[in-house]
Amino acid sequence: MQKRLKNNLGLGGWLSGGRYGIERYAYTLHRITGLGILLYFIMHIIVTGSRMGGPEAWESMMASFEKPIFKLGEFMIFIAFAFHGINGIRLILVELGAMIGKPGLPSFPYNYSTLRQRPLFVAVMVVAAVIILIGGTDLYFLVMK
Amino acid sequence: MSKSSAQAPDIVMTARFEVLRYNPEKDKAPQLREYSVPVTKGMTVLDGLHWIKEHIDHTLSWRSSCRMGICGSCGMFINGLPRLACNNQIVHLHSDHVVVKPLPNFDIIRDLVPDLESMISKHRSVKPYLIRKDLEEQNHPTNEYFQSEQELINYIQFAYCIKCGLCMAACPTVATSDKYPGPQPLTQGWRYMSDSRDDGAEERTEVLYSPHGVYRCHFAGACSQVCPKGVDPALAIQMAKKDAFLKTFGSRRQRQATSVAPPVENWVPKAEIPKAPEPTVEKK
Amino acid sequence: MRESKLWFWHITAAIAVVVLLGMHMGIMHVGEILSFVGIGAGDAVKSANVFHRSQQAFFMATYILLLGAALFHGFYGLRSMLFELSLSSGLEKAVSGICAVAGIGLFLYGSYAAIYVFRMKEVLP
Repeated sequence: MQKRLKNNLGLGGWLSGGRYGIERYAYTLHRITGLGILLYFIMHIIVTGSRMGGPEAWESMMASFEKPIFKLGEFMIFIAFAFHGINGIRLILVELGAMIGKPGLPSFPYNYSTLRQRPLFVAVMVVAAVIILIGGTDLYFLVMK
Repeated sequence: MSKSSAQAPDIVMTARFEVLRYNPEKDKAPQLREYSVPVTKGMTVLDGLHWIKEHIDHTLSWRSSCRMGICGSCGMFINGLPRLACNNQIVHLHSDHVVVKPLPNFDIIRDLVPDLESMISKHRSVKPYLIRKDLEEQNHPTNEYFQSEQELINYIQFAYCIKCGLCMAACPTVATSDKYPGPQPLTQGWRYMSDSRDDGAEERTEVLYSPHGVYRCHFAGACSQVCPKGVDPALAIQMAKKDAFLKTFGSRRQRQATSVAPPVENWVPKAEIPKAPEPTVEKK
Repeated sequence: MRESKLWFWHITAAIAVVVLLGMHMGIMHVGEILSFVGIGAGDAVKSANVFHRSQQAFFMATYILLLGAALFHGFYGLRSMLFELSLSSGLEKAVSGICAVAGIGLFLYGSYAAIYVFRMKEVLP
């Protein structure tokens, strides 16, 4: 058989939303936030396990995390959770059939599932932004202290 | 059918085509080559390619057939989206710079020709044909199967697929996974599973609900965005997930396939219909 | 199909995590927000508060629930991502196995910690 040239987009296909709809970017961001939260979570379990050593062990472990870089990191995880969770609610709703419509007889210009759930996507992004803002005021206090 | 540019008075602009060229026998790597194409009114990207082949470079290769958006042959990656070349007029791209590349996520055979074998073999794996328990009736039909109009509407949208492969090019999971069937096969699998005449749900479960089936779709929605026939593969895949979700712990029963219509009894032809003439070709 | 059941629990765990983790974040940070409006609720991560919470049955139970749901959801998601990278079937089995082992291991460690602190009677402030 003659030579074929591989033309898969690979991981670039995950990262480049290109001219596709915004849901494609949400997909990529959902993956990145999920990975970030998982990594943080594994560390979190191990770190908070130190409370088994009693209050002294807990205090000394918490003292080592007082630097602002850790507070910022925690806030990033909070933003990640806000997006991942609220977008996740949208994904659960849509993947179980909400707001994507029923099969029918398509007529151009097509109204397809991605377009139909767009209002839900916008609502989800607004809710996530509000939560992030509320969390942001909280961070402001952590920095002010 | 193409007008020669020397005669056409209605040239609306000159387009700068950048076409990916790759000859496996001569080139080591694909290259973009530029061609200047005079665009007349109503000229599609496919017409532009024909113009290049006629007037500049006869070695340019691509697949096309019907030139009217129904055969699914001319899928290409045009100005950042997978599109049918025949279905997109150059002026509707809103740019005088037209970049034409072969469909991503398929191997390139030459120039703009993708190797669609991966999609075809995955399509075959979902058994895209009606499966009935009664093989005798299926292979030697005595009468039609019942199906109401509502049952038809439940799947007919997904049957409009022309196997052009644009959805496969748009899907981010197909970009990295060679085991993921892709939107086209999964939609066809669902088209048959939701067809009320079909009785082969168990046979398709293996492909649709495996670790590499519908659950590796995460609703990026790009497939439905690029589908030229409005098949909406994203809808089919989410419906397949919902169906399995409701069946996981038994809250939805497997539906029964519709029955064969009984032979019509006491049928008398209308008196005013004349008898058919004798056949002129011998029946074997 | 097995994958369908795993996905069902992935969705259920997701809902549990959104609720419980939202609660957890609220508890951790509501003190700062309330102090803005003048109500002094105290720093949630001070050891006295941590141990006070850890020794209430409600918190111990919900922490363990959150741990289990989040670990299942997270590792199933990780397995999902890795499965989409065209791995050989041997490697895929290894990925599934490692995710299961890591998830169960971390769950055992975390729930052991929660129960251990719950039973540390001498620490109540």
